[in-house]
Amino acid sequence: MARVGAALKFAALAALATFLVVPQRFASLFAPLNPSGAPPIYDQGNLLALALAHLGIVCLAAVASAVVAVTLGILVTRDRGARFLPLSRTLVGFGQTFPPVAVLALAVPLVGFGEKPTLIALFAYGLLPVFENTVAGLKAVPAEPLDAARGMGMSASERLRSVELPLALPMILEGVRLSVVINVGTATIGSTVAAKGLGEVIIAGLLSNNDAFVLQGGLATGLIAVLLYEAIGVLERRVCRTSRIA
Amino acid sequence: MIEIERLTKAYGGTTVVDEVSFTVERGSITVVVGTSGSGKSTLLRMINRLVEPSAGRVRIDGRDTAKEPAHLLRRRIGYVIQGNGLFPHRTVAQNVATVPRLLGWDETRIAVRVRELLELLQLDPRDYADKFPHQLSGGQQQRVGVARALAAEPAVVLMDEPFGALDPIIRAKAQQDLLEVRRRYGTTVVVVTHDMDEAFRLGDRVAVMSRGRVLQYDRPAALLTRPADPFVTQLTGVADRALRLLSLRRAAEVATASSPSDPPIGNTARVREDASLRDVLSELLWSGSPAAAVVDAEGRTLGWLTVAAILAQARAS
Repeated sequence: MARVGAALKFAALAALATFLVVPQRFASLFAPLNPSGAPPIYDQGNLLALALAHLGIVCLAAVASAVVAVTLGILVTRDRGARFLPLSRTLVGFGQTFPPVAVLALAVPLVGFGEKPTLIALFAYGLLPVFENTVAGLKAVPAEPLDAARGMGMSASERLRSVELPLALPMILEGVRLSVVINVGTATIGSTVAAKGLGEVIIAGLLSNNDAFVLQGGLATGLIAVLLYEAIGVLERRVCRTSRIA
Repeated sequence: MIEIERLTKAYGGTTVVDEVSFTVERGSITVVVGTSGSGKSTLLRMINRLVEPSAGRVRIDGRDTAKEPAHLLRRRIGYVIQGNGLFPHRTVAQNVATVPRLLGWDETRIAVRVRELLELLQLDPRDYADKFPHQLSGGQQQRVGVARALAAEPAVVLMDEPFGALDPIIRAKAQQDLLEVRRRYGTTVVVVTHDMDEAFRLGDRVAVMSRGRVLQYDRPAALLTRPADPFVTQLTGVADRALRLLSLRRAAEVATASSPSDPPIGNTARVREDASLRDVLSELLWSGSPAAAVVDAEGRTLGWLTVAAILAQARAS
């Protein structure tokens, strides 16, 4: 099973790479979807450049929301920050439930069109999984090593750095993984406010009634999400293996 | 030396530890024994200020522990807890090196010390240094916990139910290890336990705690012969107190130099000098011989013990 899975992932990666670099190879595959004679393959821009821009926005937003969510998660699991946990949960939950499209609509008048409003929307949308997993991971650190760490004279910051965060790391990474995958899909809406990304392909398809474009944009985005999910999973397992925690 | 003076901890209106005072001599083992909720763990945790005292004072080698930052104080005091509390993400060697790293020892000194301690606790560094805690048995984990507590050569080690999670055979071994550590490094040790047998086996002195107070702080034998409180009697047990008393004396302390008047021929029992009188008596009863030869590690006879001589040691006064 594991070998079949690995083969599938490799095939997906190869297909995606080929499609982004030489999309015309797939022309015959998509031709049946637009009988009107319109181009079967997206031709209004470089697919590889769009995919890279798409990834760039997602990664930037992921880094920003991870930094903020992990920091917040650390603060509310300290004794002094515990009373801010409910408030933080509400705020972060709001970021997740407030529709990204609405965030875009509100952000454009403030920061203009382009990447910025998209970054804001993705940032807000990606906080929740990382925050919740950070809180859960830190709270799940067993009491004995923590008591031992205090008893041996580690200061609060040393305990956080050498015991709590390493033990919570697999959970935190799982949150980042979830957040990234969600945002790969969500980032397509950025194209409505002129952010570079694979959403452009989908929107071009919608505007010209070209189902082939829509499908290409959707498939490329979906494949990137799946492959990123796997890649972060590999990283996670490596971290778990070196720290020997299940 | 640890001097505990009128140490008190109160949470709201409840006094958990109530004006406890006693002194632990340098290089001795004091066992604090009591039922759960007696305040024994809180008392222990006030010594390294994991719990801040409400009142009273602790001095270690004359220095008031309240006068230095708690985390620096704790680096000078070894600490062992039940279930060992090893860091699951760090190797055995990294676990043992924890406090020396905090103290900024250089790597060579740390490596030498880790090796020495693992060898002392019979964990071959070549096999165990790079293992992770979950790859060890319970007894091995516990030994790593002890090695970690000793790493920075602390003068004082605190142990909170250190052997509670071990099965009886491993526990006896761990107790032997502790006695060996004390003998070798002259460490002052305070152990908290609810196990009276453990208290008798390890303690130079035993503090019996109940409801936050120390009812008696004395040598183990005195708890049996001169209990200060009915609770002490209850805890030490009445039925086998004569045998407990015998278990506190070593054969070598009581053996007489002259052989018994009528030396038994053929079936003389031979016992080691460090055997307890209880074990010698058991051996005599089992073998049916009237006297035992007490021998040292090389097998040389040091003296003799008769059943009568042993029985005389088991009387209350």
